[in-house]
Parts: sequence; structure tokens; C-alpha cells
Amino acid sequence: MSEAKVHLDRAHGLKLLREMMRIRAFEARCAELYQAEKIRGFLHLYDGQEAVAVGIMQALEPRDAVIATYREHGQALARGIAMRPLMAEMLGKLEGTCRGRGGSMHIFDRATRFYGGNAIVGGGLPLSLGVALADAMQKRDAVTACFFGEGAADEGEFHESLNLASLWRLPVLFVCENNRYSMGTPLGVAEAEPEIWRKAAGYRMGGEAVDGMDVVAVEVAARRAVARIRQGGGPHLLECLTYRFRAHSMFDAQLYRTKEEVASWRERDPIVRLQRWLEQAGHLHGDDLAVLGAEVAAEVEDAVAFAEAGTLEPVEELERFVTMDEVPS
Amino acid sequence: MSDASTTAERLTYREACRQAIREAIIADPRVFLMGEDVGRYGGCYAVTKGLMAELGEDRIRDTPLSESAFVGAGIGAAMAGMRPIVEVMTCNFSLLALDQILNNAATIPHMSGGQFAVPLVLRLATGAGRQLAAQHSHSLEGWFAHIPGLRILAPATIEDARHMLAPALADPNPVLIFEHVMLYNMEGTLDPAVTGVDIAHAKVRRPGSDVTLVTYGGSLFKTLAAAEMLAGEGLSAEVIDLRVLRPLDMVTVVDSVSRTRRVVIIDEGWRSGSLSAEVAMRLVEEAFFELDAPIRRVCAREVPIPYPAHLERAALPQPETIAAAARSLVRPS
Repeated sequence: MSEAKVHLDRAHGLKLLREMMRIRAFEARCAELYQAEKIRGFLHLYDGQEAVAVGIMQALEPRDAVIATYREHGQALARGIAMRPLMAEMLGKLEGTCRGRGGSMHIFDRATRFYGGNAIVGGGLPLSLGVALADAMQKRDAVTACFFGEGAADEGEFHESLNLASLWRLPVLFVCENNRYSMGTPLGVAEAEPEIWRKAAGYRMGGEAVDGMDVVAVEVAARRAVARIRQGGGPHLLECLTYRFRAHSMFDAQLYRTKEEVASWRERDPIVRLQRWLEQAGHLHGDDLAVLGAEVAAEVEDAVAFAEAGTLEPVEELERFVTMDEVPS
Repeated sequence: MSDASTTAERLTYREACRQAIREAIIADPRVFLMGEDVGRYGGCYAVTKGLMAELGEDRIRDTPLSESAFVGAGIGAAMAGMRPIVEVMTCNFSLLALDQILNNAATIPHMSGGQFAVPLVLRLATGAGRQLAAQHSHSLEGWFAHIPGLRILAPATIEDARHMLAPALADPNPVLIFEHVMLYNMEGTLDPAVTGVDIAHAKVRRPGSDVTLVTYGGSLFKTLAAAEMLAGEGLSAEVIDLRVLRPLDMVTVVDSVSRTRRVVIIDEGWRSGSLSAEVAMRLVEEAFFELDAPIRRVCAREVPIPYPAHLERAALPQPETIAAAARSLVRPS
């Protein structure tokens, strides 16, 4: 499906549901592994935002590129990075996507054109310009999807990047995942114009907001935007209104929001929402859900077993790749 | 430019830089240049004058004043198959792109487990001497030389200005080339027999036997002037041009110091935590027992570089202060 339309038949509906469930289940297990001190450092869960990554990825082709943030497990899985190396990376194992060197915040994968895993807020936006520029200059018909949070819109790099992308009509889909809090700072405290999509107008760029808790709405908007970008329409800013159900990271006591607020957003859980819709549309049959759940759980356990059995990079290789001997092709 | 290969033409350091850029862009469709005022204006220091008209707006790209965005774009383009040359008008403005240089260019190859290289060249004007006052007179190459993953070059001669770019572009790693602002107008000739230089080694620019003077970039000619003064007094100074500030070629330096047994390091950066400190400490680690005298340093005074000529001059290494430091080692008073 390369056109902007979405045919939400049973197969596609189940695919979307599975993708979101994979992310949710993967991360639930990551949280347990964090408590067990097998995953260390920072761990930022995507719980609640799954519809954004899954919806956007439906509009991308393998030749396209993705740049994400430090909260990128969802993007990595939805982009097609296998769960095994992803979990191994979480555990710092050599079998991980980056030999265990990056960890949760720095997933890179050359095969799927996944350019990180950038843990400096806003730092991925300039990179996305370059990837898109390289594709354009080499006459590759590719779009770069650049994910960032609404906190990145505070940064100068956001404004510099939107301006340059628009001036050079670069094929970038800017995806702002507005989960309402930059760590603990509410949107209204940080943004004079809290409707992020409106900032696109200042750069003569198309912009719109979409319900980021509705995977189908995100997919529809993404397909429309990507089609326009492919036709030479220049970059586009898509703001996805979403919410993270869990803390910013595992160290966050969440004193900045009420339990009631979290509960009210949980009622809009993108997975439950799609599930209900599929049920009402008659697309979910008998034990579909149970089978799906079991398959996803098995995939996660397989990934954990793979990661646990993984090895550690030898200390002798500590300095390998500080400088490269050649450019990988 | 074709003349350069047959006869020794006179040219400026600026023209040598331009020839190198032009040649690189013509030779490789992946190479392009972007930066502030590099196209229509012809470059703040006129290095790229005429190149946009000749090579087109696709290959010579004027950017907005968005250092972080266009340096980051250079990094992304390098990761995705291009060989960008990014000009940051002066290293003073590189501070606005420091996150991209440190957290992305220098970090991603290692952090990604070797999946991505960043074959990027950054060109930056550096140094003081034009009465541009504190915010436009920094020498930040020593800062960048602190960062693993980067190669730092300081072409001081017309030959290096002409020939360092090609190997820098061939390097799979990010390379920063610091061009001292006082060198752009320098005139000289290119040896037509020299068609390339390495970007790995320091070079002895003047042989000597009594004391070694280690320097680089804009301080090279002040140091050579100091060596000439010392020669008039019967002191033979060997002058080493580091050329490559990271990784440091200590073999050449240690070899020289092992012969002269005395060393002065000249660095336009501030003294505390400087490149000169690194060179001195490496000598302590690698050649302590070769030394017959304490290591001396001549650096910029630890002040923001002031505007008036007499104060600016007093703040920077000068032939007289370099010669005095050398003298004090050989003939202690």
C-alpha cells in the first residue's frame, strides 16, 4: 500500500495490533529486567505511544530512513529490527545491534537504515537533513522519518532544521511525538505556542496534528504526508498527540502529574482501542487475541533467552571503531 | 590550476585551499561544500570565490546561519554515502555546533558498533591577529584535539593547504582542518613534483641541534623567525611543525628532543589544559631522561584576546618571546 488510503481489513488490523503488542510486551519485560539489574543505565519506556511508531512505519519502505530518540524501542521494533539483537543490546551483549555499546538509548541498524538512537534532545534533527540530502543528491527516491519529542521544539536545532529542510525541500517527515511532558516540564511551561504543528507555518512547511493514540489515524496521516513528500512536496511536520503511561525513565517519581490524569489517558490506550475496533468490525475471531498474545510472549521470551545467553565484547576491543579503517558499504 | 602540475606558480594559501576544494569536487561526485556565504559571496576569506558559478548550486551550497543544522546535516550526509566538506566560517562559531561534532561525528562510529562511519571534512578558520577582539580570535583546535574519533589538521604551509584536503576526504573518519586566519594572504610556490602529503606526521621545518621548537599553524612562521634570530646569536634551533594535532606524531618530536635535549612548545591556545600541555606531558612520559632542561611553553596569555593592536600582540606568542624562552634553556641566566 503506497497510496494514502488505508484498507483496514482483518490482516492489516491484526498486523497493527501485533506490532503494538510486541512493543508493549518487549518493554514490560525490559522493566522487569531493569528491576533485576540486568538492564542498567537509563531506560525510557514507550508505553502508551506505540500507535505513533507503528502508524508511521506503515508508510515507509525499506529504502526509506529513520532517525529516532533515546525512547526508540518502539521505532526499532516497528521498523523491523529483530527482537533478539534488540534485547541483546539492552543487556549490553556483543550480539546486540551495536555490540552492546549503545544500550537502550542508542539503537543503530544499518540494514534497516535506522540512524539511531540519539540521546541529546533535538540532536537527531540535523542528522535527518543530511541523510535526506544524501538521498536526494544520489537520486534515491527515499524519505527520512525523523522522530522527536515536543521537548525538542524548545531547542534551536528544531528551528534551524525545519528552516533548512524547507529551504532545500528535503524529503523529511518530521514526526513530533507530543507526550505533554519534557521529562517533568509540562508543555505550557516550555512552549509559547503549545500546538507544535503550527510552528511549521513559520517555515512555509506543511504541518498538522493527529490523534497519536489512534494507530489508524496516524497511519492515514503518515501515508498522506509521505506520498506528498515523495512527489516533491518538501518536508512535512506531523504532530502526534500522545501520552506515556509510565515514568520518563526508571528514576522518575512522577510528582508532576496526577494519577487521575494518567488513568484518563490509559482509557485511550491505543492497543485496547484498536482491539475494540477490530472486535466491533468483526475482524477478531475466537481465540485470535489469545493466540496473538501467546505468540508475542513467546517471541519476547526467546529474545530474552538469546540476550541472556549472549556474550560480552572482549575488553581488548574497547577502542575498536573509535576510528574506522574504512567506510562500511 | 593545471599549471600547478607543470611549473612552480606563485599563489596564496587562500588559492591553495581553493584549488584543493575545486579539484576534490570535480574528482568525486560525492563531494560537495556547504557553509555560510561560501557560494554567492565567495567565502568570508574569499577561499571559495567563483566556485559556485563554476560548479553549481548543488555542489557549493550556501546555508543559513545555522551551524548546528548544517554541521549535523554534513554528518548525516556522510553517514548516508556522501563526502561533504562543511565550512564553519570560523572556529569561534563551531561552539554552536559542538554537540553535533562531539556527540554525533566523533561518537557514532564507535557507539554504533562500527556500523556507520562519518567521512566528513570540517574546515574552520582559527586564530587571532586581525584585531577582531575576544569573540572572533579563538584558537580552539586544542579543544577538539581532546576528542577521540577526530583527526585534527593544522596546515601551516601552502603545500599543506593545497594537499591536505584530499587525504582528509579519503579518511573514513571526521577530519577537522584549522586554517589560521593570518595565513590566507601568505604567498609562495608549490613544488610541482609534490602531488600529495600525508596527514599522519609532523615535519621538521628547520633542522637544528641546540633546542627544539615545537609548534603548528599560525605560530609556525613566528617560530621560524625566532629560530632565525637565535641563529644570529649562534644558537641552532630545530623547528617542528606538528601539522597533525590528533593523533599526535610524538615519534618525530621525541626524535628531535633526543638530539637537542631542550624543547619549547609554542601554541596560540591558552596554556591551561592546552595542546602544549599534552605535548609536554607526552615528552615527560616518553623522553624524560633525554631532557637536559625543563620544558618551556610559549602560549597565548590567559585573557580574552583584546582589540587594540598592542594588547593583542602582547597576548600572543611572538618571535621575541619564543626566542627568549629558547635562550633561557640554553644559556640560563
